[in-house]
Amino acid sequence: MRELSLHILDLVQNSIEAGANKVTLDIIEDIHGMDTFLICVTDNGRGMDEATCKKVIDPFVTTRTTRRIGLGLPLIEMSTKRCNGSLTVTSTLGCGTVVEALYQHSHLDRPPLGKISETIKSIVIANPKLHFIYYHTVGQAVFALTTQDLIEILGNIPLTQPDVLVWLNEYLTHNEMTLYK
Amino acid sequence: MKTIEDLKRLRQQVQSQTRVRQECSKQIIVGMGTCGIAVGARDVMSAILDEISKRKLEDITVRQTGCMGMCEKEVLVDIVLPGEPRITYGRVTAADIPKIIAQHVINGQPVKEMVVGKFTE
Repeated sequence: MRELSLHILDLVQNSIEAGANKVTLDIIEDIHGMDTFLICVTDNGRGMDEATCKKVIDPFVTTRTTRRIGLGLPLIEMSTKRCNGSLTVTSTLGCGTVVEALYQHSHLDRPPLGKISETIKSIVIANPKLHFIYYHTVGQAVFALTTQDLIEILGNIPLTQPDVLVWLNEYLTHNEMTLYK
Repeated sequence: MKTIEDLKRLRQQVQSQTRVRQECSKQIIVGMGTCGIAVGARDVMSAILDEISKRKLEDITVRQTGCMGMCEKEVLVDIVLPGEPRITYGRVTAADIPKIIAQHVINGQPVKEMVVGKFTE
């Protein structure tokens, strides 16, 4: 995929399909220290036993019933390997799963993060019952967002209300941009 | 409008105007499996949300779904109008969204050239 934010969308989609109602997304860009770019998706879905967990990065292993191939995890793993990085999947059956994708930040082949605001918007709006927690750290700057907080402020007004959509767009774009200043 | 304070102010404004009619809402469902994401499902989703804000549509529910099986026809978008069968559009791009919303979601006329299949519940 051309942008890391598209891989992120895919990982969160996996969590939702595993039955998670709480997903945490951490993006940590350690530009001044270790030169690493870390994406970490943690969910409270159904989890996997040790055997399944080891096999899950294989493209011929998938939980979907419509096809026999699942390319989401193998593709992100391939992208990490091109950048001196790695993909780690840890899981506990009945509790949840953690997927960590690590890249060398300055590597020439590292895809850009891309339109992360669009990814967050998509996750938040299309899954109103999902408790989504987002942290994006660039050096020392942090942007945090929790859907529970937004829903508390909005009360019975849905996130798809047109004016709220406009606000969400500007809120995400502005805060993401500020991280890099 | 880009702070949490702005959102609180917006809530006050909108509170009086909103009629919550979730049961009768029109549904737009975008296929967001790996196949869909790889060919632009996120941009289609953004285009849908843009149309909703531009046209100030209040009775739409937007959802994502996983792989629907017709991977070669991604991006897939399903429209379900109250009382109507579910219509699936295939090979949808962000540029097609204004037409689908105007013709089908608002005026009830499916865009026949783009339809892939029909499910009757």
